[in-house]
Amino acid sequence: MTSITINGEIREVDAPDEMPLLWVIRDLLGLTGTKYGCGIAQCGACTVHLDGRAVRSCVMPVSAVGSRKVTTIEALKNSDAGSRVQKAWLEEEVAQCGYCQSGQLMSAAALIAHVPNPTDAEIDAAMSGNICRCATYERIRRAIKEAVIL
Amino acid sequence: MSKPRTAMSRRSLLKGALVLGFALPVTKRLRAANLAPGAIAAGPAGKVLAPNGFIHIDGGGTTFIIPNVEMGQGIYTAEAMLIAEELEIGLNQIRIEAAPPNAEIYMTPLLHFQGTGGSTSIRSWWEPLRKAGATARLLLITAAANRWQVNPEACQAVDGSVVHPASGRSLAYTELAADASTLAVPADVPLKNPADFKLVGNSAKRVDMPGKVDGTAVFGIDVRVPGMKVASVIASPVFGGKLKSVDNSAAAAVPGFIRVITIENAVAAVAENTWAAQRAAAALQIVWDDGANVNVTTASIRRELAAASKDGEPIVALDEGDAMDALSKDTNRIDATYELPFLAHATMEPINTIVHVQADGCDIWCGTQVPATAVLLAAQATGLPAEKIRLHNQLIGGGFGRRLEADSIAQAAAFANQVEYPLQVFWSREEDIRQDYYRPAYHDRLSAALGTDGLPIAMWHRTTGGSVLARFAPSAMLPSGLDSDVVEGSVEIPYDIPKRKVEWVRHDPPKGLPFSWWRGVGPAHNVFVIETFIDELAHKASEDPIKYRARMLEHNPRALAVLKLAAEQSGWGQPLPERHGRGVSLHQAFGSFCALVVEVAVWPEGIIRLTKATAAIDCGFTVNPDTMVAQIEGGTLFGLSAALFSGIEFEGGKTVQSNFHDYRVMRIDEAPRVEVHHIQSAESPGGIGEVGTASAFPALGNALFAATGVRLRKTPFDQTQLISRSSDKPILSGLAAGTKRSGDVK
Repeated sequence: MTSITINGEIREVDAPDEMPLLWVIRDLLGLTGTKYGCGIAQCGACTVHLDGRAVRSCVMPVSAVGSRKVTTIEALKNSDAGSRVQKAWLEEEVAQCGYCQSGQLMSAAALIAHVPNPTDAEIDAAMSGNICRCATYERIRRAIKEAVIL
Repeated sequence: MSKPRTAMSRRSLLKGALVLGFALPVTKRLRAANLAPGAIAAGPAGKVLAPNGFIHIDGGGTTFIIPNVEMGQGIYTAEAMLIAEELEIGLNQIRIEAAPPNAEIYMTPLLHFQGTGGSTSIRSWWEPLRKAGATARLLLITAAANRWQVNPEACQAVDGSVVHPASGRSLAYTELAADASTLAVPADVPLKNPADFKLVGNSAKRVDMPGKVDGTAVFGIDVRVPGMKVASVIASPVFGGKLKSVDNSAAAAVPGFIRVITIENAVAAVAENTWAAQRAAAALQIVWDDGANVNVTTASIRRELAAASKDGEPIVALDEGDAMDALSKDTNRIDATYELPFLAHATMEPINTIVHVQADGCDIWCGTQVPATAVLLAAQATGLPAEKIRLHNQLIGGGFGRRLEADSIAQAAAFANQVEYPLQVFWSREEDIRQDYYRPAYHDRLSAALGTDGLPIAMWHRTTGGSVLARFAPSAMLPSGLDSDVVEGSVEIPYDIPKRKVEWVRHDPPKGLPFSWWRGVGPAHNVFVIETFIDELAHKASEDPIKYRARMLEHNPRALAVLKLAAEQSGWGQPLPERHGRGVSLHQAFGSFCALVVEVAVWPEGIIRLTKATAAIDCGFTVNPDTMVAQIEGGTLFGLSAALFSGIEFEGGKTVQSNFHDYRVMRIDEAPRVEVHHIQSAESPGGIGEVGTASAFPALGNALFAATGVRLRKTPFDQTQLISRSSDKPILSGLAAGTKRSGDVK
């Protein structure tokens, strides 16, 4: 059994060491807000926070998490940056199909938590690992700007 | 230059052509499945008011059953607005449900099958859903008036209640539903004058947004059924190949592995969870019988298309005046050939389906654009009668036409039929890209003869490519053998050109290579070809591309208006630095008018930076303006993404690409700013989901030409063709600053 701290709780999971955190979260812990998109850290749909930093959970073996705190979209609202980003996303009506948006929100929240007032170039750079096939990029940019001043 | 006769002939052809898809020959057979378990049953009279398939009111609340599937386009909100407007209820007072499979009640009128695609939803349901709302409102008012013993004329419906202002009495719809359900449903209820709309026409917040922001939205892949196992699929990598044998000895060592199941052309490893299933599938030793397609390559398909374009038998789609005669005489003639690639959909949510086959029937959970078709295919795969198939449609994590095909649902049913537990049949991203139903490649040749005024007097367009419609809905093929989708956007063009001939040579991809609809359908292909060619003509005539187009639009005020608006808003004509350029496109597909100006900068190394996209749109009466803007923003970028990066290739009968590292799609740091300018209109609503996508390809290609003088006639645009030659002027050094991208290596 592996013990991980996720969304403020300590959970025991029966997972092989190399099982990606994504599948621990989705299949063993039943938290389906975090999505599978590519499995090779190319699309960002699986983005979660590890001690507040955005990571791609599809390529992170669960054994590598250690004592670091995992946060998923389900608990994003509990952080200041997270709740601001979520409010801004609602304000700007960002999502279309919505499948990638958990990952987008996790990346955006990590960005403004660490760079309180990002430039356009910093927003593009921080968000360039998250693909949106509906291409909601215009609104993602606007919502991040909005979240900064909320 | 107005020509009523030709306008008429084009219209009548279009009437037959309409939009993608027609009557699937299944409506009758589905009748028995109308109220399959899982369907919303007409409520028992006396308790539930359900006067049609779209509204369900009981003591507990009001539910709207939305005929089209939500895949990002905002249709749950827009169609709910249509019902709510006439029912007089707020969007915050209702619940939304996906329509169950029922081809009779939920057949999209413009498609003639139960489906969502071709930008047909609002065009189709604009009246029927308002009628549904108005009918229920009338019943509720009558029920209240009966209860109070007053004249119905003295009652009003307001915010989910019926009120009687004279006495100050009020009853909620939920309190009236039981009474209203016993009344005869009136046949022809008058609709509001659009001038009186309170909800429709004003931007409403999307009803699906909160769940998509807090992670609670449930897509097909998120459904969890007790006892469910996961199957990871590997299908024959060569199209048309079959399974010979599979050895699971290595897979059996994977913890959580359960078993292997097979069908004719695919294998699935079943395990306790997705990771175990994927590892087990990767460990399978599979021997395929590759079949006939092992020598198929992209080059061989292109060669065949080019040959068919010369030697094949064309079907004439439009023949006005004697275009060929004019072309043979005129010396001021231009010829061009365009090539378009196969395209994958690459929806963010990869293909997945849960099927649970039981003694008394079968439950299916997935997101599909064609629920009724999915039921039929699952019935065939399981041997169960269609009325025993219960399909639970979910939010769709991207459709773009991929989920107009139910191949994966049939496959999942065939796998699940071999086990007793609920089975989630999962395609990895690699499988999703390699087993897609691709947008087929096209080969187009055009010729035009210019008159002394520089405008075309004759134009010939021959498309060569496969027919999706012939497989998807054979009964919709025209008697001449014409596939109306293949020529949509090339028969009906905005411009007045006196003599035109449009024809199509049917040449399907090799047997076994699946091909289907892709966002923008016919126009995504034809608008690229036509609008690039028009740009070439403008250049030949030494004219500004917008002024040149405008000269051919005297008869077409809506097209002219969007063209002018896009020109104004984009700063068209204002000077730009070296190797920057603006390109324009114009079309009127899907019942809407759209002009798009794309602005680019091209680095000396050939790297393309998109700086701005400015769209002007007239889509008739607009139900939810903000969603419309979102569709044009996203649809435009979707097309620009494909034009820049996307082309599926084949080698040895296999798809070369497999994931987002080699099937590139646009990332945020590659996306231009997008502005959408809207012309308010009282015309009937047009489609919107695919409009921007069709506009994007030619506007970008024309911008690249403006920036570099190099005309690219193939997508994805080959950046190596744009590398600055020594004869070019020096490039501004500031161009490259601060915009290096980082997405690729993450």
